[in-house]
Amino acid sequence: MATLTKTNRRDFLKIAGTTAGGLFIGFNWMSCDSPKMDVLSTEEVLANAKNFNAFLSIAPSGDIVIYSPNPELGQNIKTSFPMVVAEELDADWSKVRVLQANLDTDKYERQLTGGSGAMPHSWERLRKAGATAKFLLVAAAAKKWEVSADELSTSEGIIYHKASGKKIGYGEVANDAALLTAPEEIILKDKKDFKIIGTPVKNVENDAIFTGEPLFGLDIYREGMLHAMIQRAPFGMKIKSIDDAAARNVAGVKDVVTFENSVAVVGTSTWPLMKAKKLLKVEYEADGKVESSADHDQIFKDLLANGKAEVKREDGNVQAAFKNAAQVVTAEYQCPFLSHSPMEPMNFFAHVQADKVELIGPTQTPESARRAAAEVTGIAPENISVEITRLGGGFGRRLRADYVSEAVHVSKMMNAPVKLTWSREDDLTGGAYRPAVRYRFEAALDADGNMIGYKLRGVGMNAGNSTREHNFPAGAVDNLLIENVNYESSITTNAWRAPITNFLAYADQSFLDEVAFAAKKDPVEFRMELFQKAKANPVGGELRYDVDRMIGVTKMAAEKSNWGKNPNVKQGFSVYFSHRTYVAQVADIEMENGTPSLKKIHVITDCGMVVNPTGADHQVRGGVVDGMGHAMYGNLTFEGGLPTQTNFDKYRLIRMKEVPAVDTYYVDSGFDPTGLGEPCLPPTGGAIANAIFSATERRLRSQPFIEQKEFTDLKLGIKRA
Amino acid sequence: MAIINLKINGKAHSVDVEEDTPLLWVLRDHLGLVGTKYSCGVAQCGACTVHRNGEAMFSCITPAASLTEDEITTIEGLSKNGDHPVQKAWAEVDVAQCGYCQAGQIMNASAFLKKNPAPSMDEIDEAMNRNICRCGTYHKIREAVAMAAKSK
Repeated sequence: MATLTKTNRRDFLKIAGTTAGGLFIGFNWMSCDSPKMDVLSTEEVLANAKNFNAFLSIAPSGDIVIYSPNPELGQNIKTSFPMVVAEELDADWSKVRVLQANLDTDKYERQLTGGSGAMPHSWERLRKAGATAKFLLVAAAAKKWEVSADELSTSEGIIYHKASGKKIGYGEVANDAALLTAPEEIILKDKKDFKIIGTPVKNVENDAIFTGEPLFGLDIYREGMLHAMIQRAPFGMKIKSIDDAAARNVAGVKDVVTFENSVAVVGTSTWPLMKAKKLLKVEYEADGKVESSADHDQIFKDLLANGKAEVKREDGNVQAAFKNAAQVVTAEYQCPFLSHSPMEPMNFFAHVQADKVELIGPTQTPESARRAAAEVTGIAPENISVEITRLGGGFGRRLRADYVSEAVHVSKMMNAPVKLTWSREDDLTGGAYRPAVRYRFEAALDADGNMIGYKLRGVGMNAGNSTREHNFPAGAVDNLLIENVNYESSITTNAWRAPITNFLAYADQSFLDEVAFAAKKDPVEFRMELFQKAKANPVGGELRYDVDRMIGVTKMAAEKSNWGKNPNVKQGFSVYFSHRTYVAQVADIEMENGTPSLKKIHVITDCGMVVNPTGADHQVRGGVVDGMGHAMYGNLTFEGGLPTQTNFDKYRLIRMKEVPAVDTYYVDSGFDPTGLGEPCLPPTGGAIANAIFSATERRLRSQPFIEQKEFTDLKLGIKRA
Repeated sequence: MAIINLKINGKAHSVDVEEDTPLLWVLRDHLGLVGTKYSCGVAQCGACTVHRNGEAMFSCITPAASLTEDEITTIEGLSKNGDHPVQKAWAEVDVAQCGYCQAGQIMNASAFLKKNPAPSMDEIDEAMNRNICRCGTYHKIREAVAMAAKSK
């Protein structure tokens, strides 16, 4: 059904009568020999275009510029957001060009990439932006032709008057339309009439990416710009002394400056700085806890046993349930610290001047970048501009603005425009990791194998709340206790793709598999029983998940994977809800000459409506590959406050030959779209571990798998189905 | 410092840099050819892949001074209009997520297909195993290499 919705004045800031030129932020400081000179340049389009709202400008030529406010790091938002605007506008997609918007807190809300939240936040706003502009264009045509707007229809950027046979392009009425007042209410399309949403649309930046055009923060070069690299202190330590004589002697080094706990080498190009940094002699002394992985192991043990825990959720009487249990299952699961390691290392351009700051670079949250610059310089935020480049990955790391602060410090001290570059070694050792966590699970079963009690205690290193207490199986167990202990470590941590659930999902889905095995029940059947219970008679108060949608993905997973039907295929199941999206996965293993071989992972996703099927498949497969890679290989250990793994030779990332087939399916649940950047990662480790158990009866309770004793003599083959 | 003469994408270039400067940084910092990416600096990830006389090479560990006799091709010079069969296949399959590693992937794939125009899927996997994609676009890379092989 078409829906009537109120427009929001803030979103539809109308700048009638002004051109959009001032908004243009291109990447045109490099030479640009575009092969497509027969079409108007974006500058030419914008010079005559009219702004309809914060998202949309239309030129007399019919060219449409759609602004994408959120940082693009591979989640494909720069394609999917404009698709939504263009859909309601009834635009001709071939006439749409997309520009990354600068940070603009007057025009945009939530201009950040994180939490898989962009699409659910903006879905209606984007639709209204397109629909409002279409309304005005139609109104302008109606006025011109002196007919009622009701008599007009639109398709692919053209307005039609059926009765008279007249038609006119959007561009031809854009100037008139932009002078009209936006309506208070607007009718959105019926979803069944969508022509762009739901079709596979290619990444709008493909050409630039595949020809090596400058798109990323590291690609920024400005006249007179200095380069900087920084030596940082180990965690829990501070600078005692600095000897920079040798570093200063490297040709191309201009200066060595110190701020806070950092020593920056500054010069005219990158390579001399890499050499100079190695020649810095910086002595450090303890300034807090100087930690090693062995310490963490002991801390986990102590806090699981005796730590003062915060009760996150308590239903029923757990003590009585465990006392009366016919069987108790207990297991501990542990994950290590992980680096985000986006392919593009941290970097940022900053130019601090007397009364303003110019910032350019890769950030998931430009507003934090601005705040960081304001804190360092004391300059008012309104005088700090932030231009967002394409991000060479983020995975949560670029939600932190530490590297922006650093660039601003150096620019301020050098009184010059500066590009700060982190080396790969800096990226792995410079902090803000996925926190290490250990969980202890306990389940009480009655004589019939029903789970009557469930306990989870999480201990995390700077993990905040390491549990998701209102998530499944809460609501399905009469007696449930979820507790959390947070250890304050000197090692910095940060959101890492699917924070907490990136490991918790594996741990709890593996543990439920253990419980099902103990109860002698099929793992899928076991969960279905719990879902039915949560549906019929939900236990306790708040539940974050929709039981029917859990059932929906679970049922489809069993069907699509041919669950339990083929005795030669050993399967592992997991299902998880995170970031508003429901995902079930089944891993298929076949034994070949006594060796388990991972053949395929089936992924069933309920993210509501799929906006862009090609983009969705990317996020689903990418999430699975990421989840698998880190479950198998990811490990960051510490010695004396420093990571042991300093580059990709030691910090192993998944490669081509290690990836099985991934089949993707979507549940058509009719809901509005939710995000996909994160939710397909969490279930993967559990599906694989459960399949390995099914094939070998070996239970993997810690990551990375390849370093577990259960795995050392087990060579997991990979075979594309 | 030393004057180093290089032939890149068919054009002669002369740069004045320290002799140990890797080609990667000559391309990026001195010649404005930023399509070749820095990621690990130790020949582990392949983001810096270029062609040396048609063969894939890690530019991050190869001193520019050692390449004065060679023909170097970067992503900017792979084709005139972005229409090399590998680039076309990459666009057709819509390979990129963040896109940062893809220039290196394309350079590796194009050198590989020149040597092995009709590879098996296993040979594709083996060849592309030297490039890391942190976003996990491996399925589409595999598909695009196979498509490019067929289109040649």
